[in-house]
Amino acid sequence: MSGAPTSPYEGHVPVLRLGGVLLVTLQGDLYDSAAEQLRQDIGRTVSDSAVGGVVIDLSGVEIVDSFMGRVLSDVAAMTRLLAAQTVVCGMRPAVAITLVELGLTLPGLRTALNAEEAMNLLGATVSALPRRGRREST
Amino acid sequence: MPEQQTADDRTGPAQEVALFLRERREQIAQRWADAAVFRTVFTVSRDEAVEAGRAVVEALAAVAATGRVEDSEADGFTVVREQLARTVRSRTRAGASTGQISAETDALRRPVTELLLDELAEAPADHVGECTTALAVLMGTLRLVMLETSTVAGEELINRQRLELLEIATPVIKLWEGIVAVPLIGTLDSARSQVVMETLLDAVVEQHARLAILDITGVPTVDSLVAQHLMKTVAAARLMGAECIVSGIRPAIAQTIVHLGIDLSSVLTRASLADALAYALQQQGARIVPRAVAAAESR
Repeated sequence: MSGAPTSPYEGHVPVLRLGGVLLVTLQGDLYDSAAEQLRQDIGRTVSDSAVGGVVIDLSGVEIVDSFMGRVLSDVAAMTRLLAAQTVVCGMRPAVAITLVELGLTLPGLRTALNAEEAMNLLGATVSALPRRGRREST
Repeated sequence: MPEQQTADDRTGPAQEVALFLRERREQIAQRWADAAVFRTVFTVSRDEAVEAGRAVVEALAAVAATGRVEDSEADGFTVVREQLARTVRSRTRAGASTGQISAETDALRRPVTELLLDELAEAPADHVGECTTALAVLMGTLRLVMLETSTVAGEELINRQRLELLEIATPVIKLWEGIVAVPLIGTLDSARSQVVMETLLDAVVEQHARLAILDITGVPTVDSLVAQHLMKTVAAARLMGAECIVSGIRPAIAQTIVHLGIDLSSVLTRASLADALAYALQQQGARIVPRAVAAAESR
C-alpha cells in the first residue's frame, strides 16, 4: 500500500481510560500492525484496570473494508470474554452502508449515535455490573 | 441489393437520386408542406413548413450523394435530427401513435416518387427501376430515423420520470425529537432502496435520531428481495446507533413473509405507524396521557 506507515509507531491508535470506560478514537486508515497493536492494548487495559466498557469512536473513519469490520467484531468478542461491553459510535452513513453491503452486520456489537450516547449507554449498564474497579472507585 | 453495388460507383442510381433531389428541392418541399407530418407541426405559416421540408430534402440529398441510402446513422441526417425529433415530439404530444407517425412519414414518399418518374420519363425501364428503388430505400431510412428519435424521446421521458420518482417518493419525516420516519410508497427495487437507505442514514446523523421508523403501508408486495433490502437498511441504521422499527405490515404481507420463510426476527416490527410511534416515544422516555388523566394525576 502506497500510504503504509514507515515507522511501527505511525498510525498508532491511542487508548484513553476515562473512569471505568476506555475511549478509542479511530482516524483514517487502520493498518494491520496498528490493528494488532490496538487489539493487544485494549485487551491488556481491560483486564489490568477493571474497565467495564469500551467506546470505539468511528466518526473520523471515512473508508472501511472487511478487515476493519473483522477488527471491530474481534474487539467486541474479546472484551465480552473479559466481562466488558463494547459500543461502537459515530459511524458515518457511507461506512454503515459499506459494511452492510459487505455482509458485515456485526450482530454482537452495540452501537450509538455519538460518543456521549455511548457513554450514557455504558453508564447505565456499567454501574449495574458488580465489578471490582467500580467498587474501588466509589 | 442495387444500392450496395452502386456505393462505389460515383454515377450510380443513388447519386442520380441525390442530383434529382437537389434540383427539384423547391418542388418537393412545396408538396411536402401539405403532408400531415409537416402541416400539423409547423402551423405558424406555410413558409415555415416549406423551410423544414427543404432542410429534410437537403439532408436526404447529402445522404444519397454518399451512396449510403440504407444507413440510418449516415452523417447527412445529423443536421435534421434535431428538427425530426421536434416533429416527432409535437406529433406525440398531439396524441399520434408511433404507427401513425410512421404512416405519415411514409406518405412523403409518394410525391417524391411521382416527381422522379416525371424526371425519368425518357430513361430506359431498368434504370428507372434502379432509381426508384434507391429512393424508396432512402425514404425508408428516413422513416427509421424518425422512429428512432421517437423511441429515444420516449426513453428520455421515462428516465427523467424515474429519477423524479426516486426523489419524490422518499421523504424523511421528523416525528418527534430523535424520531424519524420514512413512509415507503410503491415497489421497492434496488435503486430505490439504496436511495431510501442513504436518505434515512443522513437524516439519522442530521437529526440525532435514535429511532427510525420504516413504514411499508404503501408497499404493495413484499418478496424476499424487498425483505432483504429492508433488513439491510435496518442493519445499517443499527450500525450507526439508531434503532429501526418496520411498521405498516398488513396481514396479507405478514402471511407472505411467513410463507416465504423470511426471517425478520432481527427486525423490530409493529402493525401500524401509530404503534411504532407509541413504542418509539416510550423508548425516548416520553409518555402521552389524555389531558383529563394528567390533571387527575397532578391533583
